[in-house]
Amino acid sequence: MRFVLKRHYNEDIKLFRYRSTFFWYLGLVIGCFLLPLVLSSYFISLLSFICIYSIVSVGLMLLTGYTGQISLGHAAFFAIGAYTSSILTKTGLPFLLAFPTAGLLAAIVGIIIGLPALRLSGLYLAIVTMAFSFIVEEIILRCESLTRGNLGMMVGPPSIGTLSFDTEKSFFYLALIFLIFTLLTAKNILRSPTGRAFSAIRDSEVAAQAMGISLPKYKVLAFVISAFFTGIAGSLFAHKMTFINPESFTIAVSIEFMAMIIIGGLGSLQGAVLGAIFVILLPQLIVLTKYYVGSIPSIQAGFESGLYGLMIILFILFEPMGIYGRWRKVKFYFELFPLYKKDTFRRERKYYKMQRQ
Amino acid sequence: MSYFEAQGISIQFGGLTALNNVSFEVNQGEVFSIIGPNGAGKTTIFNCINRYYDLDKGMFLFRDDDITRVKPHVVAEMGISRTFQNTELFGNTTVLDNLLLGRHRLRRTNILKEALFTQSVRKQEIGNREKAEKIIDFLNLKPYRDRMVAGLPYGIQKIVELGRALAMEPELLLLDEPSSGMSMEETEDMVFWISDIKEQMGVTIIIVEHDMKLVKELSDRVIALSFGVPLTQGSPEEVLNHPEVIKAYLGEKDAFSPA
Repeated sequence: MRFVLKRHYNEDIKLFRYRSTFFWYLGLVIGCFLLPLVLSSYFISLLSFICIYSIVSVGLMLLTGYTGQISLGHAAFFAIGAYTSSILTKTGLPFLLAFPTAGLLAAIVGIIIGLPALRLSGLYLAIVTMAFSFIVEEIILRCESLTRGNLGMMVGPPSIGTLSFDTEKSFFYLALIFLIFTLLTAKNILRSPTGRAFSAIRDSEVAAQAMGISLPKYKVLAFVISAFFTGIAGSLFAHKMTFINPESFTIAVSIEFMAMIIIGGLGSLQGAVLGAIFVILLPQLIVLTKYYVGSIPSIQAGFESGLYGLMIILFILFEPMGIYGRWRKVKFYFELFPLYKKDTFRRERKYYKMQRQ
Repeated sequence: MSYFEAQGISIQFGGLTALNNVSFEVNQGEVFSIIGPNGAGKTTIFNCINRYYDLDKGMFLFRDDDITRVKPHVVAEMGISRTFQNTELFGNTTVLDNLLLGRHRLRRTNILKEALFTQSVRKQEIGNREKAEKIIDFLNLKPYRDRMVAGLPYGIQKIVELGRALAMEPELLLLDEPSSGMSMEETEDMVFWISDIKEQMGVTIIIVEHDMKLVKELSDRVIALSFGVPLTQGSPEEVLNHPEVIKAYLGEKDAFSPA
């Protein structure tokens, strides 16, 4: 255990609690930048996808993990970002303009889908957002003049000025920079009044109102921010895939996103990234097992979705704080090594009923 | 004109009249208590002030502004803060964060500045923390500063809730049964704090309370309700000894005597 003598309020606000934490994260970032030098292009490509999914995960974490609003429609924001960016770059707009536009358009749609969230919660909100996702999928299918429907679109690699990110390595650096930008922005929001207002809404809407927090404003804001991040991730995704069609944005993708934040650990940005890593690497593991076990065609079809479902159930039952929660427990165990108490992380039961108006 | 005023407020839930033509005035700087047996409509008054319920008739005036039709969060923005009977805290955040949330109405930054965490945001945050630490000192919450609220004992949660209401720098403080579920010692502390809040911070306070000792000790004026109907109002001694009030609490003398 470390104890820090705090001498200024700034020390409560700063990004990293200890100096050593800062160096660990710095090391991690440097490590990420050095990774492509040793990995093969296949693994670099996987890392790029991890970055893209992490951006979505952070966006969804703000909405679901912090504000408590469920969304099964994030594949739609992802699709809007991807198609906006693809169509715009096709008309000749530079990537540097198309990229934020993708985020902004998704954010604007986020306002529209955020409005029902004012009246709905829980399962009902999940169903509305899911319906929204189907609607967007259908629109993309029908707007053939813009999106070429089922045929899909070819998308070029992103380029900024004369710099083209057409190799695996360069694209990974691009995605990594955007991920770091996303994480910093999210962290800044979370340590300021807006972030606190989000978690207030999650914990008690009644009390949040009594604090002067406008529920409509902040719920919609949460949707907007979340949609923006998902939109820019969609843009990166399109340019990474270089080919998109509506099938890349089905409800299964939304469930994958949900799985990310639950498995990673609700309510932590680290969990968001860990969840993304898990979701990207799981199919690779399945491929590996196929290599050893031999593929059984009847299992293959729904195997992946089934496994996600099973994982979510197991995590909710045994580790509601997700991978990051487990990591914290392990860390705590070693910090206190001989003195670890088993019940430190036991959730306390409450015996009195909360008043709900 | 008075500081805070309820003019003939009435509200019905289906066939039940929860409040029937209740009027009272609260002067600036005083402690005003609302008493009455269970189901008298005391908490309902608070919920109406906070705009969780819509009044059927009547209006609330706060410093001559009509607050009967504003949005719930606007009531808080105007400087009316409250606590809840059974606590409504933000359970999955720390005590400090709960207090900082109280500062929300005083926020001067927007989301774009916060996303970049500019100097103005940092300055505001430092100011917020300074105020929150002062309240932690005032209410002796230091041992719980960084603890999750959900795991704290009930008595401490009530204090945290008072602290959160204070962090709002309220003009008018609504306390819903501040002593319910608390031990003798905790109640005594609560009495000290409330009188300090009134005298040192100059906050006007409305209390809903069952503990008559606390009411007698703190209140400048009292209103008694029974089934939504105002019985009487005046000084604590007058109201507590009023025959109608005693009847409402204890029933009539021969109610249980055999016919």
